[in-house]
Amino acid sequence: MKDILEQLEARRDTARLGGGQKRIDAQHAKGKLTARERVELLLDEDSFEEFDMFVAHRATDFGMAEQKVPGDGVITGWGTINGRQVYVFSQDFTVFGGSLSETHAQKICKIMDMAVQNGAPVIGINDSGGARIQEGVSSLAGYAEVFQRNIMASGVVPQISVIMGPCAGGAVYSPAMTDFIFMVKDSSYMFVTGPDVVKTVTNEVVTAEELGGAVTHTRKSSVADGAFDNDVEALVEVRRLVDFLPLSNREKAPVRPFFDDPRRHEDSLDTLVPENANTPYDMKELITKIADEGDFYEIQEEFAKNIVTGFVRMEGQTVGVVANQPMVLAGCLDIDSSRKAARFVRFCDAFEIPILTFVDVPGFLPGTGQEFNGVIKHGAKLLFAYGEATVPKVTVITRKAYGGAYDVMSSKHLRGDFNYAWPTAEIAVMGAKGATEILYRSELGDAEKIAARTEEYETNFANPFKAAERGFIDEVIMPHSTRRRVCRAFAALRGKKLQNPWKKHDNIPL
Amino acid sequence: MFKKILIANRGEIACRVIRTARAMGIGTVAIYSDADRNALHVEMADEAVHVGPAPANQSYIVIDNVLRAIRDSGAEAVHPGYGFLSENPKFAAALEEEGVAFIGPPKGAIEAMGDKITSKKLAKEAGVNTVPGVMGLIEDAEEAVRIASEIGYPVMLKASAGGGGKGMRIAWDDEEAREGFQSSKNEAASSFGDDRIFIEKFVTQPRHIEIQVLCDQHGNGIYLGERECSIQRRNQKVIEEAPSPFLDAETRERMGEQAVVLAKAVGYTSAGTVEFIVDGDKNFYFLEMNTRLQVEHPVTELITGVDLVEQMIRVANGEPLTLHQEDVELNGWAIESRLYAEDPYRNFLPSIGRLTRYRPPQEAVTETAIVRNDTGVFEGGEISMYYDPMIAKLCTWAPSRSEAIEGMRVALDAFELEGIGHNLPFLSAVMDHPRFVSGDITTAFIGEEYPEGFAGAELEHTRLRKVAAAVAAMNRVAEIRRTRISGRMDNHERKVGTDWVVTAQGARFDVTIDADREGATVHFADGSIHRVASDWLPGQPLARLDVDGEPLVLKVGRITGGYRIRTRGADLRVHVHAPRQAELAALMPEKQAADTSKMLLCPMPGLIVKIDVEPGQEVQEGQPLCTVEAMKMENILRAERRAVVSKINAGPGDSLAVDDVIMEFE
Repeated sequence: MKDILEQLEARRDTARLGGGQKRIDAQHAKGKLTARERVELLLDEDSFEEFDMFVAHRATDFGMAEQKVPGDGVITGWGTINGRQVYVFSQDFTVFGGSLSETHAQKICKIMDMAVQNGAPVIGINDSGGARIQEGVSSLAGYAEVFQRNIMASGVVPQISVIMGPCAGGAVYSPAMTDFIFMVKDSSYMFVTGPDVVKTVTNEVVTAEELGGAVTHTRKSSVADGAFDNDVEALVEVRRLVDFLPLSNREKAPVRPFFDDPRRHEDSLDTLVPENANTPYDMKELITKIADEGDFYEIQEEFAKNIVTGFVRMEGQTVGVVANQPMVLAGCLDIDSSRKAARFVRFCDAFEIPILTFVDVPGFLPGTGQEFNGVIKHGAKLLFAYGEATVPKVTVITRKAYGGAYDVMSSKHLRGDFNYAWPTAEIAVMGAKGATEILYRSELGDAEKIAARTEEYETNFANPFKAAERGFIDEVIMPHSTRRRVCRAFAALRGKKLQNPWKKHDNIPL
Repeated sequence: MFKKILIANRGEIACRVIRTARAMGIGTVAIYSDADRNALHVEMADEAVHVGPAPANQSYIVIDNVLRAIRDSGAEAVHPGYGFLSENPKFAAALEEEGVAFIGPPKGAIEAMGDKITSKKLAKEAGVNTVPGVMGLIEDAEEAVRIASEIGYPVMLKASAGGGGKGMRIAWDDEEAREGFQSSKNEAASSFGDDRIFIEKFVTQPRHIEIQVLCDQHGNGIYLGERECSIQRRNQKVIEEAPSPFLDAETRERMGEQAVVLAKAVGYTSAGTVEFIVDGDKNFYFLEMNTRLQVEHPVTELITGVDLVEQMIRVANGEPLTLHQEDVELNGWAIESRLYAEDPYRNFLPSIGRLTRYRPPQEAVTETAIVRNDTGVFEGGEISMYYDPMIAKLCTWAPSRSEAIEGMRVALDAFELEGIGHNLPFLSAVMDHPRFVSGDITTAFIGEEYPEGFAGAELEHTRLRKVAAAVAAMNRVAEIRRTRISGRMDNHERKVGTDWVVTAQGARFDVTIDADREGATVHFADGSIHRVASDWLPGQPLARLDVDGEPLVLKVGRITGGYRIRTRGADLRVHVHAPRQAELAALMPEKQAADTSKMLLCPMPGLIVKIDVEPGQEVQEGQPLCTVEAMKMENILRAERRAVVSKINAGPGDSLAVDDVIMEFE
């Protein structure tokens, strides 16, 4: 009997060694951790329950029958993050380069199915050379099985991808369909076709890092939501993100004890908006000053900086924040910022995370670059996302809310629940100068007259009161009381129930 | 008594004067420029009058504008503060004509002390020690050499009209005296349009020590001890204290008496300051007299208990001094730290912008300690480019110098200031500098001790361990809170461990935390133990702890995967890992700071409005390089690091796309 028990331990030890010590050392030499080490860091100490440790591939071609490693290049199972359940898979680069075989895919599918059934997030750690060539079409089938599950899980449980090595070819499409992608600088890359193919086909010379490194994907392509310096930091920060997310769409956003007064005044916000309307200010100051403990988890910090998205907590509960950033492009909406914010709003709506919107938007960015690339349809994404969202929506207009962009930014007309404005708000069809030039075209030659008209327009229309008169603004609030007002607004909305008409699904302008 | 006074100044000194006036039941009138509409002094005063645009030379120092404000408000007296019009005899004369009292000395005294040569002559005649030298006009280089050898080397050749080190040379022999004379003369002529030069003994190991005097209109005059102001950076005082750690009672008395004699000789009234230079052998020589309230007057107030502003107002009102010399007692020790909006890490480059956070330490008065903060700013206020970059004057008092220094250390650590670059870390570092602590300081202190500038303080090992113990204990509290999140699996909660590894400042500490209700006992792997008591809660940006019975104040921020801890002038990245985590973290490669290329790229499509630099120019980190207008907003692009501009590819009016190269660096 003892022998049998010992045999299990021996088998486990072999499995834990993956591709062997030499490959583990090579992995470390590259500044990367092993698949198991990553799981250890991601989960609470001793909370990992592994599945399919002894699964091996069934391939026989190309001499594969002789090469079997228990686990087959991916470690799967569940564990907890601060006591909350998550499912995890972690590809093991030391085993066949982490390549995906039929059985490797089956392991991933198994935990994804369980995650959806049991209502817990899936976190995938990607470090794989790609398809297992030796298995041919079986490997491709494996990918598709995973893709299908990503799709089915989307909007049911949060899915997070952490790219910690190569992720190329068809493999990229699994992370692409998850909710968040994080990368590690200098040791991870993602692309559909690698530098060699690029060179052959388009004659472009580019490095893997330039083509699909963390910098490229966080700044240029917006494929990734964040990048970290190394594996340890990435996993610590993923744990932090999970603390903000509900486990599934069946649950409300999590709440945790907080040490910040919901009634806290921030007198300095009274001077946040500069006297000169053309002077920028940092919207992030407002976000951190109204958030619990100043804690803000920013998503896509490096991309489309004219809009800021991320998570905060109000009275301990997660709230998604979308805010125009006057520091960049005056905070205007354009293709990139609309796409970025729309995706974020839809994530929040899918997972019952209330949305707080701060508005200082002068309009949409003009130009051929925008129009030729379809700003009409991209801008509509954000409009659509806000309009369909049924979660609690609180909006605060700090300064400009001009034209169509006013409508888009979670306005009352898009079923905004609490729409507040600071006294500095200017809710109007456009800026005073532009408006007078159209309204008083005949007087354009007379600078003095136009100046007087502009002033008149500013006095009468560049304020929150015209909108408040019509009830488009529920209340004009003092900037220093923003935290209190927003906390109370979300508190009032805790019981919100709103249902969109039945449909198979909508047809958002993709 | 006056019913209403006008304060012809701004910032902290205006607030300071208003505070006393209010306590005396006197109405106050502030003046303000366009840039100061929302300033604290305007808010504090009973009335406020606008005096012009932002630049001081179009507002605060335009005598006509100030006179108009006086007439409009009906003020009966004017306190000029320091700087601006405070030492302008024309202003004093104008007030006299207007029949309004000037809360300061008569214009004759201002004039007499205003010129370096005249004031020195007067001082000498009054029997005040002056630096041996010749104040008269020196004809040529040969005469300069003769005089220099009479005085004895080293000597200093100085422009009569000079200041700020311009037109100043030190000569150690005849040859240097000859050359120095000519170059000083040329420099003086070009800088000041006045090529008069004088020669004096060059004082070695010089300290700047000044005497506070107070005189009334009835011929009474007293001195209120001295202030040591040797900690200066480029002639700008940074830290002052009273009394001086260097003077003995006898020297103090001699200096005080000479100061009063001088004040009386020029018919001085009100508060004034006689500055001396003191050498290593306690020889003191008259430097100049400042005919106004000094910036650093609070330290004198703290050790004498005299409100100098109140005395100035009473004197201006014609009241005789009720305080006699024998009543003046110097009690305890006071230190003042000047907080400047100057970034010590960027070679003290002035920094302007919004004070996103401004929380000075609590002002307090007890038997054994005082914390006082004189300021003119508030959280959410703006440090503008138009005026002096001083943010606040933080003063501490205690019975002894060492206690006053300790009080200052804690007060500086507790001073929360964000949004702009500032010299808080530098001030903290000086408070911990052994030479400053010993009192062995001269005016060359900063230049000698920080020749390469300031790059942040390193904590000494014991303090670092205490910080490590504190952060370990704080991190445990934060981790426990994380486990209290909703949605956790019942009976399978995360247990927060007791063993941790703290890394900071290149050191690693393995600790075990033994927590209880009041705090935690932190055991280090080497057997040592630190006791941490604290009521810190996760998310609080300031942690006031008690470690081993001593206060430790930390500014706590978040960095990726760790904490940013600021204390005692150090700015640390602290990581707290569980042992296994630490083991794996040790495998992570040290990342080099990414080379973000040597180009300034246009961050957005926009129009170049202005280029602030030219090829070949060296720029400091944070220095504005150019302005890009986009969506009608002007965005200032700044240098990310120190560099030399090699090429500029765009000019004003150019329309650029994202990532277009604006300029390149060497």
